[in-house]
Amino acid sequence: MSDIGFVRTEMLPEREPPASTTGALGWARANLFSNWFNSILTLASLYAIYAILSAILPWVFSPTWNGTSLNNCREILTAAGSVGDHGTSGACWGVIRERWIQLLFGFYPSELYWRPILAFVLLAVALAPVLFADKVPSKMLIFSGLYPFIFPWLLWGGTIWGPVAALGGFVIGWVVYSAASKTMSSLMGILLGAAAALVWWFVLSGYFVGALDSILPIGIEAVESRKFGGFMLSITIGVVAIACSLPLGIVLALGRQSDLMIVKYICVGFIEFIRGVPLITLLFVASTLLNIFMPPGTNFDIILRVLIMVTLFAAAYMAEVIRGGLAALPKGQYEGADSLGLNYWQAQRLIIMPQALKISIPGIVSTFIGVFKDTTLVSIIGLLDPLGLSNAIRADANWNGVVWELYGFIALLFFVFCFGMSRYSMYLERKLHTGHR
Amino acid sequence: MKKSVFLGALTVAGMAAGVAAAGTMDDVKARGKLNCGVTTGLVGFAAPDSNGEWKGFDVALCRAVAAAVLGDGNAVEFVPTTGKTRFTALASGEVDMLARNTTWTFSRDVDLKFEFVGVNYYDGQGFMVPKSLGVSSAKELDGATVCIQTGTTTELNLADFFRANNISYEPVPIETNAEAQQQYLAGACDVYTTDASGLAATRATFENPGDHVLLPEIISKEPLGPLVRHGDHEWGDVVRWTLNALISAEEMGITSANIDEMSAGTNNPEINRILGTEGTLGEMLGLDAEWAKRAIKVGGNYGEVFAQNIGESTPIGLARGLNAQWTDGGLLYSPPFR
Repeated sequence: MSDIGFVRTEMLPEREPPASTTGALGWARANLFSNWFNSILTLASLYAIYAILSAILPWVFSPTWNGTSLNNCREILTAAGSVGDHGTSGACWGVIRERWIQLLFGFYPSELYWRPILAFVLLAVALAPVLFADKVPSKMLIFSGLYPFIFPWLLWGGTIWGPVAALGGFVIGWVVYSAASKTMSSLMGILLGAAAALVWWFVLSGYFVGALDSILPIGIEAVESRKFGGFMLSITIGVVAIACSLPLGIVLALGRQSDLMIVKYICVGFIEFIRGVPLITLLFVASTLLNIFMPPGTNFDIILRVLIMVTLFAAAYMAEVIRGGLAALPKGQYEGADSLGLNYWQAQRLIIMPQALKISIPGIVSTFIGVFKDTTLVSIIGLLDPLGLSNAIRADANWNGVVWELYGFIALLFFVFCFGMSRYSMYLERKLHTGHR
Repeated sequence: MKKSVFLGALTVAGMAAGVAAAGTMDDVKARGKLNCGVTTGLVGFAAPDSNGEWKGFDVALCRAVAAAVLGDGNAVEFVPTTGKTRFTALASGEVDMLARNTTWTFSRDVDLKFEFVGVNYYDGQGFMVPKSLGVSSAKELDGATVCIQTGTTTELNLADFFRANNISYEPVPIETNAEAQQQYLAGACDVYTTDASGLAATRATFENPGDHVLLPEIISKEPLGPLVRHGDHEWGDVVRWTLNALISAEEMGITSANIDEMSAGTNNPEINRILGTEGTLGEMLGLDAEWAKRAIKVGGNYGEVFAQNIGESTPIGLARGLNAQWTDGGLLYSPPFR
């Protein structure tokens, strides 16, 4: 009996796992068909996807790229044999081929398209050191600082002395501030610096620009705001509102938490007022009421008015999002900052804000996305953003009746931008994740 | 124009030279451009083409005024306005004139302080139904569901009409014309009602226009015309007589083809007065002698403008109807140039 050994003396070779648990089959079995209920759900979902795609895809892949009008598209479709119960079925992509440039640039002069394109390429360059701080040399931040002056100059054109003068205001404000804060208190420095900058911008810079322009007329062709339209308008409003609302929102959020009573109530009043009215009301104020209040003959640029209103609106929401981040910080962080002997601004900059902003990232980005999509509301006050243009395009007798193609194209463009922002925020959250949770 | 700079980020177009309420005509001449309020897009009346150039029936009037005043039919800044912003845009001076298929009504003329200088299109509210419904008169529409744009005079007219005829209907509120087309084609409503010109343009876009009929009833008067601000009569006169010049030109047979020939002088003294070879009409308006000639030349006379933008040869295919000359049984009747 002893020669029957039940114990192996040598190792068996490793074997592949059963085919049903590896690869696509195994994955499907584990995730899609793990029991009878999941199998039914999987089959039902597959059928639903099939039904939707089989309805949409033939419509999307329609040979009408060269159509010259809606009727022409229908002829093409009839010739191709795609005729359903309710007449021809298929998209009429000719409208996109003919109008996509208009949907992107509005009425911007076509020989100057390089300017908005360059402006948005440079925008990416200027944003890179901010967005990807660890991958881009920090010296690029100098360019980011100059970019707010390059951007409007590229889009609106005109003399180069305009943005130079605007930049000069900051320089003058800074010089006055540092001089006054050395000799007097720093509060006086801030007040005098701001006053000097404002005097420069509103009183002196006009003469400065006029004088330098007559001596040294360097400039590019000016483009009126009325020529702005399409996606360029949306992005311009969106970028300016996003870029300006974040710092403004931080200031408002800090102001709301401030111990200084007047500052606090001004901030609370502003935030609650702006959040209490719909954006569309503010836009109507910008487009109609301001015109009536201002002296006759004043021509206050409509896009500038809209920019200001959208920025204020976004800033109020941003302030509340950031206040949420501030509220989420444990009190110990503030006390820790105090115990290190940091003053208010140092504590904010080094300890409070980096944490509060990190907590607020999802809220901030969703506010950004919301603001970007809200820019389409300007079509209601007669600005031709993509939605306004879609209406104008339908007013062309050739394209009257085209609906889905235009909206689909616009939705696609918006999706690209919003999805991009959303992915970036997830990247940023992962990068800044320091393991508190 | 002096540019001032604000925060560097944004330039503000400065004040126009003479802030004091100079006449609109002086403003326009000083600016070198006419600011003309148009719709944000209405088939046949105003729409930008793929090059961004505005075209249409209302647009042609803006160009004619620009040609008369400034000598260039392209010296126009088209300001798209919506139904909500159009009146404030005009009242605040953002635009010099509105040519935006606006119905001339008492309250707009008197209460809102505007001046309608004439009528360039006589419209009226009509009905469109599918042929399969078998209806030949709006009075047979008892119990019908009606697609109607909310917040417009068409909604009120419709209620009045059905009440006066003692029949019932069910409104399907919609927001835009594009939405109405989709709803109507999808069968969400039996009837679509809006201005007859709009109905014709909508029907022209259908795949089978023959399956839909426009009912004979026109239930409202919609005289559409250009308007200017109250009180600036010199400017109002310029716009009014530019429109009249286009209408008279058709009546007198002046076309863009024969205008050069005619302006050499004809036997008809009124033609000569319009074209400036006789009399001093232009001077009375504060313009030069050839103002009307330029206005007519830029897009042709009223009939040519009509035919080119909304007439029977276009996809919209509107008949002249009420908009024929009085000599042809229509309502167009320009006062004499004398």
